[in-house]
Amino acid sequence: MGEMILLRHREIPTIDQLEVYRQQGGFEAFKKVVTSMQPVDVVNEVKNSGLRGRGGAGFPTGVKWSFLPNTLWPHYVVCNADESEPGTFKDREIMESNPFQFLEGLMIASYAVQANLSYVYLRGEFWQVAAKLDEKIAELEAAGILGDNLYGSGYSLRLRTHLGAGAYICGEETALLESLEGKLGQPRLRPPFPAVYGLYGKPTVINNVETLTNLPFILERGAAWYKSLGTDKSPGVKIFSLSGNVNRPGNYELPLGTTFRELIYTHGGGIPEGRAVKGIMPAGASSAIIHVTADSLLDTPMDYEAVAAIGSQLGSASVIVLDETVNMAWLVDKTVNFFKHESCGKCTPCREGTFWMNRLTARIAAGKARPGDVALLESVAKQIAGKCLCALGEFSVMAVQTGLKQFRGDFEVMIEAGKAAERV
Amino acid sequence: VQRILAKYPEAFKRSAVMPLLYLAQREQGYVPRQALEDIAEICGITSTEVSSIVGFYTLYYDAPAGRYRIQVCTDLPCALRGADKFLHALCERLGIAEGGTTSDGLFTVEAVKCLAACHRAPMFQVQGDGDIVYHEDQTVELALAWMEEVRVRVRAEKEAS
Repeated sequence: MGEMILLRHREIPTIDQLEVYRQQGGFEAFKKVVTSMQPVDVVNEVKNSGLRGRGGAGFPTGVKWSFLPNTLWPHYVVCNADESEPGTFKDREIMESNPFQFLEGLMIASYAVQANLSYVYLRGEFWQVAAKLDEKIAELEAAGILGDNLYGSGYSLRLRTHLGAGAYICGEETALLESLEGKLGQPRLRPPFPAVYGLYGKPTVINNVETLTNLPFILERGAAWYKSLGTDKSPGVKIFSLSGNVNRPGNYELPLGTTFRELIYTHGGGIPEGRAVKGIMPAGASSAIIHVTADSLLDTPMDYEAVAAIGSQLGSASVIVLDETVNMAWLVDKTVNFFKHESCGKCTPCREGTFWMNRLTARIAAGKARPGDVALLESVAKQIAGKCLCALGEFSVMAVQTGLKQFRGDFEVMIEAGKAAERV
Repeated sequence: VQRILAKYPEAFKRSAVMPLLYLAQREQGYVPRQALEDIAEICGITSTEVSSIVGFYTLYYDAPAGRYRIQVCTDLPCALRGADKFLHALCERLGIAEGGTTSDGLFTVEAVKCLAACHRAPMFQVQGDGDIVYHEDQTVELALAWMEEVRVRVRAEKEAS
């Protein structure tokens, strides 16, 4: 592995101390942008770097920033630290162990869109992470790195944390804004998009923790340097959260375009007891399951384009490995149960559909399926897909549809087993 | 309360409703009825709206339970590492059903959704005393040993008071 860009605490364990972070060049990038760059130059530099949102959608970050109109003020930056996708645990590690680089990234983004007040929206379970960030923010204010008239430039900035309270849907950016405004976390109808009508009805940028943490390096070393990492269309590095049936689960920072094989076998230490890989969910519970029908599929590069080309998505790169012992009917019941619980209830197809899908999957997984249950499950899934305001409904059918299509046998085994149990 | 309100623009006090609910819940582990009224007044909304927030978000409670809520993640990645078995074994050793509370009123054990610690399963978070703490790479023995430590501490606190 080369130099760490995001998980730098793996090399410098005390980098969460302000003094140490500054010795390592910390806040030089922020100082540089505030004192010597126009906001539009910062936006262009990030555009040129090719950085794409690391929260899952992969939208070009600089382009997102450029959508904010300069006729409506104030502007806000809200960091999405709601990290709730089953299989994702990268943002927590960044915020816990390399907090200043993350905050510096948020500060650079704030300057780029000229926001004077920015929020970090953390999932409620990150209680202790929020407390730590509050301390770090106070240190920065005391050191004069945050506050009024920074570096004599006239630019002022304040950062605040805000805790959610246990709702996956708040990772969806408009639900997150609703929640931050003190309302139920339910997605808004779009357009208008948050870039025009965001927090408190004002132009707002919402960026993921990992996305922001890239910024100090990009501004310090330049767009060309960042583009030299990763692949042409997916430049840079990415943190892959590896979990499931592997010997060494954990976060691995690697260039985009690293193969599944390298992640799972070289870094993850392979599968327990040398078992075979049956499937991979590269974007957490929301993924289309990749059926590993041929060993060569493991040589697929993990970048946005290549993973899409084999019928799935890279998303937030939360790679869940499924070995040959996993029954997909069981798995689909797990994921559907998750989405049923997390549906916000706003759109009928998702609210009712996830409930019905879960009744069916639970019956199938328990070996109590009735004739026609599998066909009914397929039909309910079809009626959810493409009919909801946000992506949650879509995500809820991913594993169902790809599971039924590719692993029909697993469902039939459960149904047969149920019949056998009845006969006894 | 003032410190919480200061985090948000003057005109948008409603944003304070979630932090205020955490504050209200700190003492008794759930949001008492009176607090709904108080928070509604501070934020300039109705108490029904505050109640709907309590109902929507899973970390707020409207009824008392054990002082410490042991919340085991049983989602897919954790389940692949034995989280379901861990939860059942723990409940069995404590002689309670899932979602039940120990007879001393100290611990409620329940299954929850993903907690972003998939690589260190089985794991649980403990919600109580106005804090949330993660316990990772767990075994039933480790969990029981930690619970015993808490029992000893609580007993000592009682005797001291």
